[in-house]
Amino acid sequence: MKITLKVWRQKSKDAKGEFKTYQHDHVSSDMSFLEMMDVLNTQLIKKGEEPIHFDHDCREGICGMCSMYINGQPHGPLQTTTCQLHMRTFKDGETITVEPWRAQAFPVIKDLVVDRSAFDRIQQAGGYVSVNTGGVPDANVIPIPKKIADEAFDAAACIGCGACVAACKNASAMLFVSAKVSQFALLPQGHAERKERVEKMVEQMDSEGFGSCTNTRACEAECPKAISVANIARMNREYFSAMVSSYEVKVGGGE
Amino acid sequence: MKLESKSPEGPLAEKWTKHKFNLKLVNPANKRKYEIIVVGTGLAGASAAASLGELGYNVKAFCFQDSPRRAHSIAAQGGINAAKNYQNDGDSIYRLFYDTIKGGDYRAREANVHRLAEVSVNIIDQCVAQGVPFAREYGGLLANRSFGGAQVSRTFYARGQTGQQLLLGAYSALNRQIANGKVKMYNRTEMLDVVVVDGKARGIVTRDLITGKIEAHSAHAVLLCTGGYGNVFYLSTNAKGSNVTAAWRAHKKGALFANPCFTQIHPTCIPVSGDHQSKLTLMSESLRNDGRVWVPKVAVKGLKAKDARSIAEADRDYFLERKYPSFGNLVPRDVASRNGKMMCDEGRGVGATGLAVFLDFADAIKRDGRDVISAKYGNLFDMYKQITGDDPYEMPMMIFPAVHYTMGGLWVDYNLMTSVPGLYALGEANFSDHGANRLGASALMQGLADGYFVIPYTIGDYLAGIGWNDKVSTDHPVFKETIEAVNSRVQKLLSIKGKKTVDEFHRELGLTLWEYCGMSRNDAGLRIAKKKIQELRTEFWQNVDVVGSANELNMELEKAGRVADFLELGELMVDDALDRKESCGCHFREESQTTDGEALRIDNDYAYSSAWEYKGENQPEELHKEELKFENVKLTQRSYK
Repeated sequence: MKITLKVWRQKSKDAKGEFKTYQHDHVSSDMSFLEMMDVLNTQLIKKGEEPIHFDHDCREGICGMCSMYINGQPHGPLQTTTCQLHMRTFKDGETITVEPWRAQAFPVIKDLVVDRSAFDRIQQAGGYVSVNTGGVPDANVIPIPKKIADEAFDAAACIGCGACVAACKNASAMLFVSAKVSQFALLPQGHAERKERVEKMVEQMDSEGFGSCTNTRACEAECPKAISVANIARMNREYFSAMVSSYEVKVGGGE
Repeated sequence: MKLESKSPEGPLAEKWTKHKFNLKLVNPANKRKYEIIVVGTGLAGASAAASLGELGYNVKAFCFQDSPRRAHSIAAQGGINAAKNYQNDGDSIYRLFYDTIKGGDYRAREANVHRLAEVSVNIIDQCVAQGVPFAREYGGLLANRSFGGAQVSRTFYARGQTGQQLLLGAYSALNRQIANGKVKMYNRTEMLDVVVVDGKARGIVTRDLITGKIEAHSAHAVLLCTGGYGNVFYLSTNAKGSNVTAAWRAHKKGALFANPCFTQIHPTCIPVSGDHQSKLTLMSESLRNDGRVWVPKVAVKGLKAKDARSIAEADRDYFLERKYPSFGNLVPRDVASRNGKMMCDEGRGVGATGLAVFLDFADAIKRDGRDVISAKYGNLFDMYKQITGDDPYEMPMMIFPAVHYTMGGLWVDYNLMTSVPGLYALGEANFSDHGANRLGASALMQGLADGYFVIPYTIGDYLAGIGWNDKVSTDHPVFKETIEAVNSRVQKLLSIKGKKTVDEFHRELGLTLWEYCGMSRNDAGLRIAKKKIQELRTEFWQNVDVVGSANELNMELEKAGRVADFLELGELMVDDALDRKESCGCHFREESQTTDGEALRIDNDYAYSSAWEYKGENQPEELHKEELKFENVKLTQRSYK
């Protein structure tokens, strides 16, 4: 296969970026998208040019590190991570445009590498059950209906890649945040802190500069792990319920 | 140097309990006066950092990824063992201990392995309390499955994403401590050296991967939770970033490196498709519960998976079931891998390259129905289809062995301390619990055992012993020298400006090791490998091309530093494999086999863990032997027939 790549190059956070075009004549349809980029990078290095920087690690679709915006879609045309996208998905002679995630809350670090530390800070705000190591009851003390456990798992499957934010015209992080809120709202272990959790995580999400949700469902369509927007509905319900009943009722407005 | 394992005296089942009582404690009010560095945030690192933070210590944690949640533990699929005996099928702590020590082919310490089995039950409790969504039965209780090498169902799992869910549990506990201010997290920061002052570990030197800034951090103790070194083979199931640098730097600062040649080759991986291949993808070993492994009885050149159905039942060789009737497709990983390779060596391999065997689900789908199989393995089947374009519901998978896990690692005593006081190694980074071969679903167990339930006890003994005011500031000349050394190494790598890329060196190293120090090894081959690696290392330092500069995000520079260390480790692996003239576990020495071609262990000569001491640039390393004493189990040759 031969392809043409238009890739966003940006030296550093504050540098001005631009698209550069590369002709890539040595593509096999069995290559993953990242392997195609590896081969291109080797060619660039051989020419004395700097390779294109992109995030990647496990290359098996689970670590959530890879993050390319390919032909206008996060992780490209399939509902999968970029590392699991193979060149057989593209046509010989095709021009492929590659950009970093685009969101104010995910500043570009270099080329296709962005800073997603906002996601960590949201998790730190409340994405946990407050138990210390040791002193917990036997694992089978609380039976959890299989259906509930499975639904919690569906939410917990989020890999934190940020495709939902990149897909959203508002750069909203609602799908990501709601996945964690849902997991703990569904499971009995999470119930003790469910109100504070949703309040704090939403507050942090807002302060990081993510946009609002306007129900376009682009996030769900692009999520490589098929996280459902039903989680967003659940988070809204949790949030509303927390706001009217939590111990520390906050009255908004007037500030 | 004398190796002291510090294994406690007394009956096996009481050792850990007694030891915990004998360990010194740090007064709760004094814990806040101690600082601890944790490098790596996988299962071992995240669980250790969180647990130590909860106890009140001040922790600094480091990871090279953009978030602690990305550590490679996340990719573990199959499950985690625990001796809960929830299934009433005869499991017990002693049985898990016995299976693990036998599975490791009697090359691990009894006391460590028993402790691992003991705390396994606490791990499940802890993870469930954190909200980890393990698989459950309709009655709401936890589900189990059996896993390679075990005849009881003791494996807990979360679909095919057990590692992900366990790591996210540990990550959530870590996040809570970050929010509480007890853990300070450094993302995208790589440890490049350990600082040792007056014989004790006093801190580390790191590089900020975004700015390139080299910095020193001091602490009372340093924990390396930096995973295994499988990427020395270039192609492995490890994440691209997984590396040996932290452990290797520690080794060069005095920490002994144990059993480096013990590398596990996993039988069920997706075969290589071409030279561009950047990593190998594991298909969980749980697939062998329902999948049957076979090749045609008579070689069929280039047999494709979609044509497999054309081979009649009578013309198929289910070689694992044939050779090992009692364990069948569930023989341990090394046995399955070696037999798969033997079929390919005989020319009976399948696929375009002939380097693959079939893993067939047709019978299971016929017996249980597609829905049941899909519920168990759906995501694995999807992943396989994504990568290969073949649908495993319709045709068999093709699999081939790949490097997966390294049992070797930094030598540690019973307290998980390396031979450098104050320097600890946890999880895959140490050598302690799996002997010469790790059983399935035991890596997650060990990582979390070390982090949640061992180090919080054992580190207190060291810290109470030295006292909180025994700390060295980063102004100390040794810190300055170490920063200087790290800086000059970075500059050296950038200044060579040779003709070959870092990856080209890495690939060559990997091929050499795979060929001569892979699934089977012999004296002549190992000697060739040693020479080749030495030559490659010399060439690397004259001819590597690292583009870019030091003061920016430079992934070529990161890789170059890691490959430089792999080039040194590779030679030590070969030395270790040369020394061990027996076959044991993953280590198959062709000179040592039974008349029917099975591995032959030689307990009289080799019942030891090898621990290698670094003696300086280009000097041969010195071998120390930790004799293994077996007071509870009788050493038998493994037989899965």
